[in-house]
Amino acid sequence: MSQYYLSHLKELESEAIYVIREVVAQFEKPALLFSGGKDSIVLAYLSRKAFYPARIPFPLVHIDTGHNFPETMEYRDWLVKELGVQLVVGSVQESIDTGRAKEETGYNASRNALQTVTLLDTIELHKFDAAMGGARRDEEKARAKERFFSHRDEFGQWDPKNQRPELWNIFNGRKHQGEHFRVFPISNWTEMDVWQYLFTENIPIPKLYYAHDREVIIRDGAILSTSPWLKLKPDEKPTIKRVRFRTCGDMPITGAVESDADTMEKIIDEVAASRKTERGTRADDKRGETAMEDRKKSGYF
Amino acid sequence: MNQLLRFTTAGSVDDGKSTLIGRLLYDSKSIFEDQLEAVQASSSKKGFDYVDLSLLTDGLKSEREQGITIDVAYRYFATPKRKFIIADTPGHIQYTRNMVTGASTANLALILIDARKGLIEQTYRHSFIASLLKIPHVIVCVNKMDLVEYDEAVFDKIVEEYKAFSSKLEVSDIQFVPISALRGDNVVNRSENMNWYQGATLLHMLETAHIESDQNHIDSRFPVQYVVRPQTLENQDFRGYSGRVAGGIFRPGDDVVVLPSGFTTKIKSLQVGEEQIEEAFAPMSVVMTLEDEIDISRGDVICKPNNQPNVEQDVDLMLCWMNQRPANLNSKFYVRHTTRETRGILKEIQYKLDINSLQRMEGVEQLAMNDIARVKIRTAQPLPFDSYRKNRITGSVILVDEGTNETVAAGMIV
Repeated sequence: MSQYYLSHLKELESEAIYVIREVVAQFEKPALLFSGGKDSIVLAYLSRKAFYPARIPFPLVHIDTGHNFPETMEYRDWLVKELGVQLVVGSVQESIDTGRAKEETGYNASRNALQTVTLLDTIELHKFDAAMGGARRDEEKARAKERFFSHRDEFGQWDPKNQRPELWNIFNGRKHQGEHFRVFPISNWTEMDVWQYLFTENIPIPKLYYAHDREVIIRDGAILSTSPWLKLKPDEKPTIKRVRFRTCGDMPITGAVESDADTMEKIIDEVAASRKTERGTRADDKRGETAMEDRKKSGYF
Repeated sequence: MNQLLRFTTAGSVDDGKSTLIGRLLYDSKSIFEDQLEAVQASSSKKGFDYVDLSLLTDGLKSEREQGITIDVAYRYFATPKRKFIIADTPGHIQYTRNMVTGASTANLALILIDARKGLIEQTYRHSFIASLLKIPHVIVCVNKMDLVEYDEAVFDKIVEEYKAFSSKLEVSDIQFVPISALRGDNVVNRSENMNWYQGATLLHMLETAHIESDQNHIDSRFPVQYVVRPQTLENQDFRGYSGRVAGGIFRPGDDVVVLPSGFTTKIKSLQVGEEQIEEAFAPMSVVMTLEDEIDISRGDVICKPNNQPNVEQDVDLMLCWMNQRPANLNSKFYVRHTTRETRGILKEIQYKLDINSLQRMEGVEQLAMNDIARVKIRTAQPLPFDSYRKNRITGSVILVDEGTNETVAAGMIV
């Protein structure tokens, strides 16, 4: 007799596909926020599965900080061709040039917070009414309270204390003119689920995630890649280390981990044995206990 | 094959819920060093003598300031046997709304009882909601056994009282376990302090609860979510119906009927992405193609000719009101049911339930936040529905306010 139940990974896949289809059914102009990171890659592949044999019926939106790893950009352009999907780019550099955003200065300067301005401008310009993202509830404590369908007011703000209750699998995407939704189809996935899914589905990922030799410096315990945007302090001497990245943010703020994991199997073993969260390597989350919540309220991913 | 178990907990600050969750996460090695370091730092900043594991679960700034949990938070952990999703709901503020939300997707409810206090109002309330939302499995944890000298008689008395009370509820699978979340007795590891207890540890119960039958595999229901039409050169004529199976089993060649139109046809193919499949069952998301071209759109339900849901405009509900603004007789709403949306009107409030005493109050004309009531609504279009008892997916609705667009109520079809 057949077993009429799903593995946890298949159940999560089915849930995510359901949510993605709800977005297309309930909104007029949805988009997928694509960072080049593994979570948004999974989301793009789930979207393909959701509508196959039709093409993905919404564009990928990349908020380009101008500080990306070259590997991310290369992968992005490959993926867009592979999936036959439209790409929309919002440029943080442009937001800075037009005076909409102000560049941070100093050693730990980052364009991370500036992305919010560009993101909201891009959503408004293209009149996107639903922006899907690859955020997961296990990533960060403020995200643990996020809904699948997360309402944003006309200023793009999140009001965590006044969220709509979300019951069963009935998602309420009703909104007023000018408001939009952020939708998180892989809310219930953990970092491990994402890796296992990439592995079982044989999905290609940027080379950054695999162990490689790289010129790095160590600052406040974080291993940072050298790049034109990382201002070195007088006593900082770059060295070559064998590293890989667990997340794929901006080059100057995304920390690497020392690793020999050069295959997906080895990465999964490493993730299973790891005693630190992936966001532990992100300088942007270390700016305060509620750094993520504060950014989310103002319209961050 | 690892399965996913979703469970809900509810409780207030003192009953050890956060400690229990912390214990499950910690003993299953799901807490990471940097999370623990952050919690240790916060605890010492606040001048605590011990590491407050509840800080792991309180996410929002105002929660940390006030030391309370405001909203449903979701937690994740895994053992080699299963993956778990915890819907952690607060016990004090807007408890009904949050508990109902957390319970709606749960396979299992954890009910915590303080061994020193026995059954209290909150126990009744939480158990009733578990029963109302038809959570198939309940585990009653008698906590703080260390504070009653691990006394078997205390445990037995609570079990007896709970059984007497729960006979009035509709929960089929109830298990009991004496624990100390603080000291770890019978949570992940067997207690050496309670040799009189022969049953399983809490984690073992979570790992082995029989969830395979929680989905309805008898009454075939496929609510159409979105019509897939590639309109590409190689797939010009492809027309697929995407959706998530809500019940039963579908196979290519099956005779099916589409509701509400009543057209009949056969299933041509079932697929998930590029893969053709031979069987589709809940909760699979699939694309279905049919032998005949008929007019089908979002909100229609595909089922078997010999087993059809009710298709009616008058629907009886157990309704949980979730909004600050009260509901009055003849109020109008959007009604969302599976993938269908229609309008509805609150025709009748038959009675309101006191969820502590389970007493019915008749003659009520208004529903306030957190009220639970038996009501009748009439919808603008017929809904293809089942009773909630038969199917949690085709038997549930939400009501949406026409002005604010907020989700204002959850309804279980009677």
